[in-house]
Amino acid sequence: MAIEKKKGLKKAALSDLITYLGVTAVFVIMSLLQSRGMLSRSLSGQLVPICCYVVMAVSLNLTVGVLGELSLGHAGFMSVGAFSGIIAAMCLQGHIASNPVLLLVAMVVGAFFAAIVGLLVGLPVLRLRGDYLAIVTLAFGEIIKDLINCLLVGYDSRGLHFAFNFNGKQNVDSLNLAEDGIAIIKGAQGAAGTTKLATFTAGFILVILALVVVLNLMRSRSGRAIMALRDNRIAAESVGINVTKYKLMAFVTSAALAGAAGALFGLNYSSLQATKFNFDTSILVLVFVVLGGLGNMRGSIIAATVLTILPEALREFADYRMLVYAIVLILVMLATNSPRLKAMLNRAFSPIKRLFAGKGAEKEAAQ
Amino acid sequence: MKRIVSVVLAAMLLVCCLSACSSAPASTSNDSSAAPFKIGGIGPLTGDAAIYGQSVMNGAKIAVEEINAKGGVQLQFQEEDDVADGEKGVNAYNTLMDWGMQVLAGPVTTGSAIAVSTEAYNDRVFAITPSASSVDVIDGKDNMFQVCFTDPNQGVGAADYISTNMAGSKVAVIYRNDDAYSQGIRDTFVAEAAAKGLEVVYEGPFTKDTSTDFSVQLNGAQAAGADVIFLPIYYQPASVILNQANVMGYAPTFFGVDGMDGILTMKGFDTSLAEGVMLLTPFSADAADSRTQAFVKTYTERYGETPNQFAADGYDVIYTIAAALEAAGCTPDMSAADICEAMIKVMPTISVDGLTGQGMTWSASGEVSKAPMAVVIRDGVYVTP
Repeated sequence: MAIEKKKGLKKAALSDLITYLGVTAVFVIMSLLQSRGMLSRSLSGQLVPICCYVVMAVSLNLTVGVLGELSLGHAGFMSVGAFSGIIAAMCLQGHIASNPVLLLVAMVVGAFFAAIVGLLVGLPVLRLRGDYLAIVTLAFGEIIKDLINCLLVGYDSRGLHFAFNFNGKQNVDSLNLAEDGIAIIKGAQGAAGTTKLATFTAGFILVILALVVVLNLMRSRSGRAIMALRDNRIAAESVGINVTKYKLMAFVTSAALAGAAGALFGLNYSSLQATKFNFDTSILVLVFVVLGGLGNMRGSIIAATVLTILPEALREFADYRMLVYAIVLILVMLATNSPRLKAMLNRAFSPIKRLFAGKGAEKEAAQ
Repeated sequence: MKRIVSVVLAAMLLVCCLSACSSAPASTSNDSSAAPFKIGGIGPLTGDAAIYGQSVMNGAKIAVEEINAKGGVQLQFQEEDDVADGEKGVNAYNTLMDWGMQVLAGPVTTGSAIAVSTEAYNDRVFAITPSASSVDVIDGKDNMFQVCFTDPNQGVGAADYISTNMAGSKVAVIYRNDDAYSQGIRDTFVAEAAAKGLEVVYEGPFTKDTSTDFSVQLNGAQAAGADVIFLPIYYQPASVILNQANVMGYAPTFFGVDGMDGILTMKGFDTSLAEGVMLLTPFSADAADSRTQAFVKTYTERYGETPNQFAADGYDVIYTIAAALEAAGCTPDMSAADICEAMIKVMPTISVDGLTGQGMTWSASGEVSKAPMAVVIRDGVYVTP
């Protein structure tokens, strides 16, 4: 019994190691290609958004796959992170000279505010049983979008100025900015003129950080408690697991990571509107998670990468691009669920599998 | 199972990477003098705002053919879809840069244009947008120019027109407050209306998600006694408003701006509802001059519909680029950055006769100077009131 447990742990650690190594390898290869100018601009321009979507997918997988709660407003947390990150970066621009430090601060601020919002949303809702989280997060995503549409933020030598344009009659002038002031968020026009700070290296570090946080959480005592809740809430409660505490732990971590990804995304474009983070974006991230496999972080990473690149790679099809995209999605879904294909792949990959599993598995197979 | 999924997806990723790499251009330097200038176009070819992108691209393609047939400057045009989104816009821009674009004609919509203009500014690629009307698009970027009016210009123009020609009328404004374009025009319209003593009796904002029912706004406007409704919005919600007002039996004068253009070619829309709608547009398809008529004829033959203002904007953008290239003495073997510097210098000096304005000139900041024109829809066509 004890030996089996040890082996199981080892297997998990190995699987995590493969994930880390894979991500690092892709990063190193892409960086090398980019520095030698061998990467097309189309692909190199997508590196940062891919990192953001990967972090989004991994963090949503923590809620959907590991915690087993459906969240339909993940883009809302991204939005909170993006706009708070942009505000932080634009305000501190004059005070912090180093761009990487500024980006780091922006991402921490984005993660912090998204975590607070996640706590506010999760605290009442995660106490309930059933699908309430899905309904509330769906509404939350819409509310955040509408709130940021009303938000006016400016910064000048006197500090930050906020205004809420609830009656639709205010504009940037209502902030009464001083001469040297800059309008950071202009209501419906969103943030325009943001300094582009995001880099691929920062994106890579964020992906690794998200993986370390999520994978270690999954392997920890708390993670096992979270998964126990997912599998059987009554049984978990009966052994004394604090339901709300562990649910909140997973949900807030997920929100914070989405906030950091949002800040990175927001600082990669000079203009950003709140409508970018709509229901479609939430569903897109959910598609990454479902296609990659619930609870499977490596799958999420690959699905997010492929589905971000795919529409761009299909540009040759011009008008039929999104049609082809949808067909590819359906084919992948069908293919991954076909028993015959699975058996075929199993056979094809069994030597590799044996290699990964090491000597122990080989011995087992021999016996 | 999970491992298989990841393996399949990894294989797909590999294929995608390879295809993305292989589509990169072999070389960016064109030594042959007969080679054309590479002009890129970015606009929404799919999605909600597709009519604008498609019209611009269709108009641009006609202009490219005409210019090439004339001899002189030769152009090659490539269009890319951005779904009116900043992220996709930057992707489209990068794809065009891989193709070897030297001058950018676009993007069509404001949100995408702001994001792309920063990239074009950093790369020193000359860009002129047919229809992205926000000031933020050109603000602080010396290589970014506009063919359309700016939003403030349109709001001020509409308020001036209503206060002069419909003096004493009570105005209601229905606008989309989660849209940069709509909110921007509303802000300047209301400010100018206050300055001109025009009475704004009601303001009804809506968002993208609530753009299917306007009974609240229309009832509000009716209750406030508005006899002019100003609609600084795109044609799609406007069509719903016209329909609902008709059902209610409420018939004020509807006054739109350039986003209203396209309503007559919208699929499934009963054009009799648009009867009497006024709009501010620089282009009217039934203008008498021979150039407009020739353009309308070619466009109708080829695409089976009457061109709107966006098609004319697309057409003018290409003619402007050609004129500037000629004036600057650029050759197709020059790099995009060299062409950019040369064109920035000549843009404030040239004057272009286009479909959307005679003698269009540009300020160094990128704004165009031309006269807006109010038209009214009668029997499904624009006529000057």
